[in-house]
Amino acid sequence: MNLVLIATVLIVMALAYQIGLSRSRAVANGGVRLHSRPGYYGVLVALWCGLPALLLFGVWLLLQDAIIEMLVVNQLPPELAGLSEREMQALMRRIGALASGQGLAGEVEAYEIAAAQQMTRLESMGRLAMFASMAVLAVVGLVLAQRRISPQLRARNHVERVITALLALSSGVAILTTVGIVLSLLGEAVHFFSYISPAEFFFGTVWNPRFSSAGSGGQGQFGLLPLLWGTVMISVIALLVAIPLGLMTAIYMAEYAPPWLRSVAKPVIEVLAGIPTIVYGFFALIVIGPFLSGLGDLIGINIRATSALTAGLVMGIMIIPFVSSLSDDIITQVPKSLRDGALGLGATKSEMIRQVVLPAALPGIVGAFLLAASRAIGETMIVVLAAGNNPVLHANPFEAVSTITVTIVNQLTGDMDFSSPQSLVAFALGLTLFVITLGLNVIALVVVRKYRQQYE
Amino acid sequence: MTVSVTVPMAMNKRTLESRNVKMSARGVKVFYGENEALHGIDIDILENEVIAFIGPSGCGKSTFLRCLNRMNDTIAGARVEGQIALDGNDIYDPSLDVVLLRAQVGIVFQKPNPFPKSIYENIAYGPRLHGLARRRAELDDIVESSLRRAGLWDEVKDRLDQPGTGLSGGQQQRLCIARTIAVSPEVILMDEPCSALDPIATGKIEQLIDELSESYTIVMVTHNMQQAARVAHKTAFFHLGDLVEMGDTDDIFTNPREQRTHDYITGRFG
Amino acid sequence: MTTTNLDTVDSRRRQRLDTVQRSLKSRHARERRFQGMGLFAVITALVLVTILFASILMRGVPAFWQATLYLDVHLDPEVIQVDERPVRQAAESPAQFRERELVWLNQLGMVNWNGLIDEALKAHLPGEIESRQTRDLRALVASGERFALRDRVMENPGLIGQTISVKMLASADVDVWLKGNIDRSLADSRQQLSAQTREWADYLKEQGVIRNSFSTALFLNTDSRSSPASAGLAGAFMGSLFMMLIVIALTVPLGVASAIYLEEFAPRNRLTDLIEININNLAAVPSIVFGLLGAAIFVGYLGLPLSAPLVGGLVLTLMTLPTIIIATRAALRSIPPSIRQAALGIGASRVQTVFHHVLPLALPGILTGSILGVAQALGETAPLLLIGMNAFVANVPSSPMDQATALPVQIYLWQGNELRNFFEARTSAAIIVLLGLMLSLNAVAIWLRKKFETRW
Repeated sequence: MNLVLIATVLIVMALAYQIGLSRSRAVANGGVRLHSRPGYYGVLVALWCGLPALLLFGVWLLLQDAIIEMLVVNQLPPELAGLSEREMQALMRRIGALASGQGLAGEVEAYEIAAAQQMTRLESMGRLAMFASMAVLAVVGLVLAQRRISPQLRARNHVERVITALLALSSGVAILTTVGIVLSLLGEAVHFFSYISPAEFFFGTVWNPRFSSAGSGGQGQFGLLPLLWGTVMISVIALLVAIPLGLMTAIYMAEYAPPWLRSVAKPVIEVLAGIPTIVYGFFALIVIGPFLSGLGDLIGINIRATSALTAGLVMGIMIIPFVSSLSDDIITQVPKSLRDGALGLGATKSEMIRQVVLPAALPGIVGAFLLAASRAIGETMIVVLAAGNNPVLHANPFEAVSTITVTIVNQLTGDMDFSSPQSLVAFALGLTLFVITLGLNVIALVVVRKYRQQYE
Repeated sequence: MTVSVTVPMAMNKRTLESRNVKMSARGVKVFYGENEALHGIDIDILENEVIAFIGPSGCGKSTFLRCLNRMNDTIAGARVEGQIALDGNDIYDPSLDVVLLRAQVGIVFQKPNPFPKSIYENIAYGPRLHGLARRRAELDDIVESSLRRAGLWDEVKDRLDQPGTGLSGGQQQRLCIARTIAVSPEVILMDEPCSALDPIATGKIEQLIDELSESYTIVMVTHNMQQAARVAHKTAFFHLGDLVEMGDTDDIFTNPREQRTHDYITGRFG
Repeated sequence: MTTTNLDTVDSRRRQRLDTVQRSLKSRHARERRFQGMGLFAVITALVLVTILFASILMRGVPAFWQATLYLDVHLDPEVIQVDERPVRQAAESPAQFRERELVWLNQLGMVNWNGLIDEALKAHLPGEIESRQTRDLRALVASGERFALRDRVMENPGLIGQTISVKMLASADVDVWLKGNIDRSLADSRQQLSAQTREWADYLKEQGVIRNSFSTALFLNTDSRSSPASAGLAGAFMGSLFMMLIVIALTVPLGVASAIYLEEFAPRNRLTDLIEININNLAAVPSIVFGLLGAAIFVGYLGLPLSAPLVGGLVLTLMTLPTIIIATRAALRSIPPSIRQAALGIGASRVQTVFHHVLPLALPGILTGSILGVAQALGETAPLLLIGMNAFVANVPSSPMDQATALPVQIYLWQGNELRNFFEARTSAAIIVLLGLMLSLNAVAIWLRKKFETRW
């Protein structure tokens, strides 16, 4: 339905373009020079005709439901006024389902049917009103714009201003995304903190979200620390694997590898960086986990197949290409003059790398490590599959642990009931995760940017 | 403002004839991929002399300079043919260690390139690399004497722990020269050492070159003919990959044998 | 300077030469060690990657072939007692006809199809088979196959009374047994199949009745719980396809537009600095956070349906957007300013310069970045779990609003299936399909980059 409407507007816009085009040609026929090429007049008319209508359409869609709901609520029998917010929401959902012709479970009250009928009526009325006002806007816009066509009209400048505005608007989406993330996480987390106090959450050492008979009011215990600890443990293991291997790979690629190897290896590394993490998770589960556990048996240590070590190791493998391609970029940015300076003094290549190139690249490389750490902390699927989901505080990397991300998945998968602390805690965890990674990312980005500017 | 760069040339031009040949090149050709950049250069460089390579840009003078301590090794696709000898030993001999060669033949680049370390560490880098100082005091000595010889000591002695990149352009270049001296090489190559500097800094560097020529053989590339005339004992004119003419600086500038040299120094091309 | 000075210089030189020469051996040894470490890192990384691919290929490739029964089934009219297929009469309303058809379909559904298959199997098996062995017999065939037989008759009722040759998938347990994916020496109690069924399976394999044939089910069927042997990827594939179409349709225009604005039009000030940091940070925000955003805003606030590719597509769009913006900006930045100056110099406006000259030149880079971004979105799992795309879906979704799952989520679901020794291979096969898709996307991107690579 809406698609048809948009298509119609587009067709009308095409017509408007033609009108503008022929009108501007007609004006130009008198021998006057137009300010812009005729096409721009066409586009201008089309924009005047279509944009206001489309804007109205968007606003209407956003507001219609809320307004109709308000009107319907006002018509409900007065004895329902005492309903709580949640009950009201449920009722509105029932009425909405009735109005859209879906079946309902349970008895249907007469006032519900009445409200549903009213809702249907309002909706069709609203739709009609919207069509009408869109049509009026389009016609008015068309006529006005078409009238304004004259040789003096700077059509191109007008059109370009609109284009620039559209471009600027789309760059707002990225900002909106961040705002959306912050608002949604913050909103639901605040909701969560109305059940569980922040102190209990941030400093609690026990994670047991099930309803427990003992403890804080039957809510279960939501201590963040075991999860945070698991996250840190796995990330540290991952970085211990990824940083030396990734950095040495980058150094070898940037300084030693012959050009042909570089031209082959770089795309391969890029592709590796794109392998979905679920694949690494599966790899951890069926290969690395059993292998480590077997190895443990061999040397007499008890290593669980799904453990912090397994997850960390595989996550490390996953991050190697990430670390190496970031470091490679940074190492190759160290100017040749510094390398020449060291070599000219009689340094061997490794001395040049270790004593001149790496110190010079250090800020950038540290930035890369921070980004890698942020990646490790936010990684989900590997840990879901390979960490064993055991939210207990302990320092044994051969044991199972749980992480923030795993717990988000566990608490929010399946049911979408945002009213129990058991599922709301996912947002508090998400907020924690977001803040930690935001900190790491921003520091890393600033450091790397400073570094880049130094050598530009 | 006037700068005193007038060095009594006559006094410096001691008995050049009695000196040993420090470096010599025979039939040196350099290729970048398919492209032949130098077409067979023959040259003898005497001990403790300052020789300047001049010529229009792209004539191969820098390329040849970089052959003298094998800096061209670092350029992918560069290939050197012919013979270059240091004290009679072929420096392209596979058995020769390029690290050792570069300890003997130092190089100063066109753009000052101090390491992003402190002034002290910049100078100490070479000696540390080669293990030339056993004790801290020894290293301190080397740093001080190198800075003194480069005429930088008085300017930086109170801030040796500050980054070398914080100095002015001319100071940076003298720092780089000091860094090279600290390894006490026998030959110092200078690749247009003053092209990025202002006239005052240039004057200081030229004075420094003149002083250094007492104990070092100095080979410099310059695009500035006045500079060559001021500091070099000998001058070699390169053009299109050939060594056109070489001789005492005075002769080259007053009485060139070749027409091309004459055209160049009188500004017909370049 | 004095002669003593010269002497010290000379002696220092001699001394220095000796020192340098003495240190050379160990320095070169260190050089070799360092280079060796670099090579070791590269080789380790390559070996790990090889193990990853090899283990997945080894497990997954055999799963593309499945144990299949080649049977001749006699469609006995005694057993299939149904009326003629109803034909619509002229006087009949569609509803009436539909009712008659339903009756007929019901009859078909009541037929003992299993019995027919039993008979066909018995024909190949030696000895008398008693009715108490029926269970063992039926364990041979994938339980979904009786419906396939029914559907075949439904389509062509004329087959009744004939003997037709049918390819039927053997049950998952038989497939596992015949491929040796379960230890044959395990005790009866720990085997998934009874001794009798195992014996029959081996016998039929020997007779050539069970053959390994290419598993079209893997590609054409949807996921199945009751009949694991016929579980396929078709549903997940369509889900992923819908999401990717949404991602492409939204991210590419939005991403390119905002990149153009930021790179070509936006003034350089604190605000744009902030936007830049914001975009770079968004690119590094853990994907699961986008899942939380989707759950809270798209599902919770806007009330879009759970498990719908529409929501998944929107979430992935927001996730991919920063990547594409960054890639596009890099592509735009690589166009030398001289091109812009040339265009501006002949009187083009900034908008014209960008759209006529800069954008076409940057197109290959933009395309490459977009493809890589989409490939990354294709492999994303974690955020989809939070918006309910891990639900079991038995139908191929026909629109972005239907319930659906996605390829990586299907992998997640299969790896967790309790029928481990069957689904381990099946999961690997699904991973191969997913990686195949992603690698071909990557290959296209790399090829594009190579083809259009320009050096300025």
